[in-house]
Amino acid sequence: MNWDSSLLLLIMATSLLPGLVIFFLPEERVALRTTLNMAGAVVKLVLVGVVIWGVLHGYQYETRWPLLPGGLDLVLHADAESVLFVTLSAVLWLVTTIYAIAYLEGSPHRSRFFGFFSLCVTATVGVALAGNLITFLLFYELLTLSTYPLIVHRGTEEARQAGRIYLRYTIAGGALLLVGTVWLYDVAGCVEFDHRGVLAGLDDSDHAALTAIFVLLIAGLGVKAALVPLHGWLPRAMVAAAPVSALLHAVAVVKAGAFGIVRVVDDVYGVEFAASLGVTGPLAVLAATTIIYGSLRALFQDNLKRRLAYSTVSQVSYIVLGIAIVGPIATIGGLVHLVHQGIMKITLFFCAGNFAETLGVHNISGMHGIGRRMPWTMAAFTIGALGMIGVPPLAGFISKWYLGLGALDAGQDWVIIILAGSSLLNAGYFLPILYAAWFKAPPEIWPAERSWGRRETALALLVPPVVTALLTLAAGLLAAAPFSPLQWARFITAQEYTP
Amino acid sequence: MLAGLADTPWSVLVILWPLVGALACFLWPRHANPLGLLAALGSVACVATLAWQVVEQGAQRHAVGGWGAPLGIDLYADGLSLLMLVMTAMVGLGISIYSSGYFDRKTAAVFWPLWLFLWTALNALLLSADIFNLYVTLELLGLAAVALVALAGGANALTAAMRYLLVSLLGSLCYLLGVALLYHSFGSVDIAILAQRVEPLPSVWAATGLMSAGLLLKTALFPLHFWLPPAHASAPAPVSAMLSALVVMASFYILLRLWLEIFPLSGAALGQLLGLLGAAAVLWGGIQALRQTRLKLLIAYSTVAQLGYLFLAFPLGTSFAWKGALYLLLSHALAKAAMFMAAGNILRFGGHDRIADLDRVVQRLPLTLTAFSLAGISLMGLPPSGGFIGKWLLLDAALYSGQWWWALILITGGLLTAAYVFKVVGYAFTPAEVSHEARTVPARMEWTALLLALAAVLLGLFALWPLTLLDIGSPLAGGYAG
Repeated sequence: MNWDSSLLLLIMATSLLPGLVIFFLPEERVALRTTLNMAGAVVKLVLVGVVIWGVLHGYQYETRWPLLPGGLDLVLHADAESVLFVTLSAVLWLVTTIYAIAYLEGSPHRSRFFGFFSLCVTATVGVALAGNLITFLLFYELLTLSTYPLIVHRGTEEARQAGRIYLRYTIAGGALLLVGTVWLYDVAGCVEFDHRGVLAGLDDSDHAALTAIFVLLIAGLGVKAALVPLHGWLPRAMVAAAPVSALLHAVAVVKAGAFGIVRVVDDVYGVEFAASLGVTGPLAVLAATTIIYGSLRALFQDNLKRRLAYSTVSQVSYIVLGIAIVGPIATIGGLVHLVHQGIMKITLFFCAGNFAETLGVHNISGMHGIGRRMPWTMAAFTIGALGMIGVPPLAGFISKWYLGLGALDAGQDWVIIILAGSSLLNAGYFLPILYAAWFKAPPEIWPAERSWGRRETALALLVPPVVTALLTLAAGLLAAAPFSPLQWARFITAQEYTP
Repeated sequence: MLAGLADTPWSVLVILWPLVGALACFLWPRHANPLGLLAALGSVACVATLAWQVVEQGAQRHAVGGWGAPLGIDLYADGLSLLMLVMTAMVGLGISIYSSGYFDRKTAAVFWPLWLFLWTALNALLLSADIFNLYVTLELLGLAAVALVALAGGANALTAAMRYLLVSLLGSLCYLLGVALLYHSFGSVDIAILAQRVEPLPSVWAATGLMSAGLLLKTALFPLHFWLPPAHASAPAPVSAMLSALVVMASFYILLRLWLEIFPLSGAALGQLLGLLGAAAVLWGGIQALRQTRLKLLIAYSTVAQLGYLFLAFPLGTSFAWKGALYLLLSHALAKAAMFMAAGNILRFGGHDRIADLDRVVQRLPLTLTAFSLAGISLMGLPPSGGFIGKWLLLDAALYSGQWWWALILITGGLLTAAYVFKVVGYAFTPAEVSHEARTVPARMEWTALLLALAAVLLGLFALWPLTLLDIGSPLAGGYAG
């Protein structure tokens, strides 16, 4: 019993404590810092494994801390949805840590960087494990604060500008979320996340207020989830170092927003009650708009990371769309994309970082023939890109398949057009890159080439994208196997809908 | 032993201890630093014991010299005054440790007696049970504060101190007139007795107006805030910290007491007016802070804005709103003291506090910058800081009573705070070269700032105890009252 309540705190501590220690380490203690980072990441992964096992066997993991009189508590709670997100972040944190250690080798202020890096993961895990809105809010804000130093880490004027814009968006978003949370507390009392939602029993007279609160909450979360028109910060934030972008786009910030929307729709309002309020229709339209808009903007970017950033704007909204369609199959598609988008996008950002770090290539127009110089990296990139387009049997295909089926099942045929159009646009901005990289002739000299002997780049830079690319492949090929993201998403969805 | 402790009138010792300390520092100026620190530690211990006494036995009333209320002096400690005493002790200890590293030996000999005397006056004020003693202690507090502002020397500081003195005297005078009116009408200055006798007479209205105006002037509520920024910004760092964290709070505390106990009839209109002025202070202070180019002025204007929040409780009037305002006050005291100390470190290290040139300084003072940022988080009201709890309670009260526009002010104020805090923090990340020879900052100055800021942030996680403490014998008991 004791063990159960402290396990979640331990999971938080595995990144919080190393982070706090790292802040005080002198720059040159590389070995100790690396050990701390890696030990934290590995232990976290093991503990998450224990929680997965426990949740499957019906154990309840919960930790409470009274915050205010009247029963308002901070709650950490592991349910099937948290486990999905926690696992994603634990796995990707490990990979990103390896990558970041290699990527930042020899650059200044590394203790500061890895300190905030660990805080950022702590906040993400907190977002995943939050058992009610106020706890969610706490970690959501902590996430804002811990990512800001990562974005401005390089200290150039451009980075600081990006940081300012990031803060302007996210702090305003946090404020909206706060108002929504307080108001909801006022209307409905302490609301804790539950599979079926908890608001359906409220009086009809509260429905207007509940609709307004929904708008506030979604607007606050939509900033981080980069819903149009609240996405402006994301393409600028890509000035940050590659590991930061990878983390931001795949797990931490964007995903926290999307996960929050899932929580609000599924576990606070309840899918069916939200649909009866009439708020899911507009949300679906908003998500669809974002999907198309992001893809269109991505088409016209020459900077690789910027193109990937707009692609994120588009792809994350698949998750929101899946939730907003209202139907079990679409919900599976949305939830599974939470994981799939993460592993695919992190692969792409790792690769973009490798190109920049090894060859000094930042723009797509400079990528001609890059596949011959860096075949392993480019192969990983290809798998990620094809997955994004939705080519079977990759992970992205599974997501899109379930989204499409779910839309038909729920009688919302228009979504098919959106999905088809978006896939076409995805192909439009990814295939030219693949073509140029594999089939065009490489330039005489690369802009800023660094040599690693016979290898195409440092091993620690190469392994992470290859691993995540393999995960992309596995998540698609082995979708029917137990413990695949898809099976877990089915497990969650089965709890949410009335049989 | 325990029985002896329980019977001791600790409220008297809470006042006497720092007073004796002040005298000792005055008599042996060469040992002012160790004596002062000893006095500070002793005061904290006295407050801790008093807290234990109040929690165990309920509110304490002690007649000094055994004379009793109508004739003698009563000391009264309930949950509200206790909470303020504890806050004063925490911040006071921080300021004392910081000061022991800040001043050179010569200035320290002048600083310690004044500071400990100010602490005495503040403790006495928080324990006063009648409105005349409140006046006396308020006046003593003001005089000590003015002397401390002048400690920095130089034309700027002297002008600011002089203006501060005039404002302080004017405020006290208004308050004293109100006291005279009430005494004339009801024949007592004891708060408990007045609370029973008071009736809606014209003289009560006049007294309410005069006393409120005087206290608002001293609390620097917009538009009566004009004296605060120069006074707080030109004083030495530990003095700025005590002015912004403690001294302005004293007059707010008196206002709160009067409002809750003697003027419950003062009606909604005046409450709305105070709320409006508070809102204006939040916005105006925030905008002015954003426009400053000097760090200490920025922090001083931030105080103007933060004081405005406290007045948003008046139009709401529920128990939760009062508790929210008090919680904001508490966390502001810790955070603002930390912030001024951080500014003091930066000033000492780099020799200037121009915000645009801070980059070379803050990179080499990571602890100080962390202290500044953590304090900023509490001022912004981000979770889990004490500021968040205060803001949550006020927001809840505003939405509960349907007065959503106050919620709008709270949110806008938070955004403005974020803007001016990050305006400073952003400079920590420039790749500027460190070019000048800097003076070292003693470790205790950096750590005091950091620990106070950390306390402000963690205060939010431990809200239950202070909030229930407020219920002891105080007019704030209960949930949604009023």
